[in-house]
Amino acid sequence: MSTETLTIGKALNLGLRRAMEDDAKVVLMGEDIGRLGGVFRITDGLQKDFGEDRVVDTPLAEAGILGTAVGLAMRGYRPVCEIQFDGFVFPAYNQIVTQVAKIHARSRGKLAMPIVIRIPFGGGIGAVEHHSESPEAYFAHTAGLKVVAVSNPVDAYWGIQQAIAHPDPIVFLEPKRRYWEKAAVDTDATPDPLFASRVVRGGDDVTVLAYGPMVKTVLQAAEAVAEEGRSLEVIDLRTLSPLDLDPVFESVRRTGRCVVVHEAPVTLGLGAEIAARVTETCFYSLEAPVLRVGGYDTPYPPAKLEEEYLPDLDRVLDAVDRAMGF
Amino acid sequence: MSLSSVTTEVVDPIPGAEAPHLPQQPDLVQLLTPEGERVEHPEYSLSISDDELRGLYRDLVLVRRWDVEATALQRQGELGIWASLLGQEAAQIGAGRALQPDDMAFPTYREHGVAWTRGVDPLDVISLFRGVDNGGWDPVATHFNLYTVVIGAQTLHATGYAMGVQRDGAETAVLAFLGDGATSQGEVNESMIWAASFSAPVVFFCQNNQYAISVPLERQSRVPLYQRAAGFGFPGVRVDGNDVLAVLAVTRAALAAAREGQGPTFIEAFTYRMGAHTTSDDPTRYRLASELEEWKLRDPIARLKVHLSRSGIADHHFFDSVERAADELATRIRSGTVEMPDPPATAMFDSVYAEQTPHLAQQRAAFVAYHESFEGGER
Repeated sequence: MSTETLTIGKALNLGLRRAMEDDAKVVLMGEDIGRLGGVFRITDGLQKDFGEDRVVDTPLAEAGILGTAVGLAMRGYRPVCEIQFDGFVFPAYNQIVTQVAKIHARSRGKLAMPIVIRIPFGGGIGAVEHHSESPEAYFAHTAGLKVVAVSNPVDAYWGIQQAIAHPDPIVFLEPKRRYWEKAAVDTDATPDPLFASRVVRGGDDVTVLAYGPMVKTVLQAAEAVAEEGRSLEVIDLRTLSPLDLDPVFESVRRTGRCVVVHEAPVTLGLGAEIAARVTETCFYSLEAPVLRVGGYDTPYPPAKLEEEYLPDLDRVLDAVDRAMGF
Repeated sequence: MSLSSVTTEVVDPIPGAEAPHLPQQPDLVQLLTPEGERVEHPEYSLSISDDELRGLYRDLVLVRRWDVEATALQRQGELGIWASLLGQEAAQIGAGRALQPDDMAFPTYREHGVAWTRGVDPLDVISLFRGVDNGGWDPVATHFNLYTVVIGAQTLHATGYAMGVQRDGAETAVLAFLGDGATSQGEVNESMIWAASFSAPVVFFCQNNQYAISVPLERQSRVPLYQRAAGFGFPGVRVDGNDVLAVLAVTRAALAAAREGQGPTFIEAFTYRMGAHTTSDDPTRYRLASELEEWKLRDPIARLKVHLSRSGIADHHFFDSVERAADELATRIRSGTVEMPDPPATAMFDSVYAEQTPHLAQQRAAFVAYHESFEGGER
């Protein structure tokens, strides 16, 4: 057994390295990912070891990154595209939605699109506009894409490798404000499946769902109310498209209450879809409506206001109180 | 066929050929004039056998017949829409015949002529416009990508594919098709920046057919399109797009340069969309009939026919045999189209992913169960 204590960032770096060692067709593409190692240093040292043809410093054009990745995939490569910040994915949105997502269907399976789109997402880093967004719903809404979000170093290390090995295009969301969170990673372990949610804390009173950066927030909330004798079951969704809700349904049937937490605006966010499915499936078990905690329906605010915008421990607990009040 | 007896026979001279032509553009590469006269160009020569010349003529006539038949089928309700290539046959056949078997082409949605040269069955192309498929053929086996409907998006795919070719160390070139309107797209400009930066073996083949649906070229560019290439740092050349020989020569040279590691070239094939943008379009709303008449004098097929006839390379027997082949093709297209079955309804669920998701499998099962709930198939 080989266990190392890694940050999420370093776990991603090691996972990328291992994927590149395992498959010579893996090509990393992005802005500043080569010599600089990426603005978050996720690709640090990889160009030095794998060369400029496999770790490509691209021109500054996100549509170009995704569009050329499509062509490379057609030629048998497995491109891993880094989008520098969430808000910069939109110039590539056309390629992702009209091409990457649809080419497998268009070709009736003759062309695979094993492309990974890595996006550092979410707020909490005091940044300027376009550096703190949560665009997952746009991609989860698009047939042909799969969307995952990691919350910890273990899932970061294994998830990036599983995503690269997977035959379908995957939007791989990295919780940028948690890049420096540490955990022990057993690099010889057998990883959990990529497209599976996970119960990360057992409880009986309310089922609370989160993914990416909000998992830590929700776990802190669960810890806080445990002192008051209230027991939250916390589920890390991990996969946003497809959703893996069977463990959620099982949990809600026991607790009768469900709260969904994400940074993205609540309107038509993942929470809306989850609330609908939980209601459809667990209607007679519910003691309260499924509640959502998320960003407000405003543009992501200036950094001095982001603490007001982002769900925090208190807002999670407020929703838990409301769920318990029914 | 005895050729010696027909060396002076001229068949079907171009109607109105005595009328004055538009001024020649000195920067237009031409090897066959609109009047059917074979001319030389200082930079682009073409050595071509008589068989190949007859083959090009045959290609041009057959794809035009295919196109005419498809337009008729749309008018009769058999196709949802058709994007006609009328007038652009030489640009497409010349470019397509310049490709080597391992080269890869990335079309827009109008390159039926190139599809023809890649051995794609016309009925497979028709299947897209009939609405039974969003693709229709095997892009890997044919080395002809599926049609891309979002304007210009395929130029980036072509460039990325060319970057893969570089990594494979293959002697393969990539041909990216686009139209004059597409040159305004950001993605097309990005693709040229990428191709230049990585010296990718890709040739951009722009059919300037003068209109982006209704909007004339002047709204897309203040400079001739081929001159844009200089700004990206690679050669640009304008070729008479209605001259199949010049298109073949120029495209062959550009593809050869790409294979040899000299990087991209931009080819502007100067041509004209003689028909509507699609069968849903009405060009009388935005262009004058006199303009179309001028371009009819530059018809790509008529000029080659005159050349073949005057030079004795082909005679009536040959032209008649091509007409018969065209009739047979039209018949096959017509019957194949009207007999083309609809896809099974469940097909829409089956290729969304390489690895099907449980959610979509459930939706598919519910869809099947829903339809089976109607006795006797009645809803």
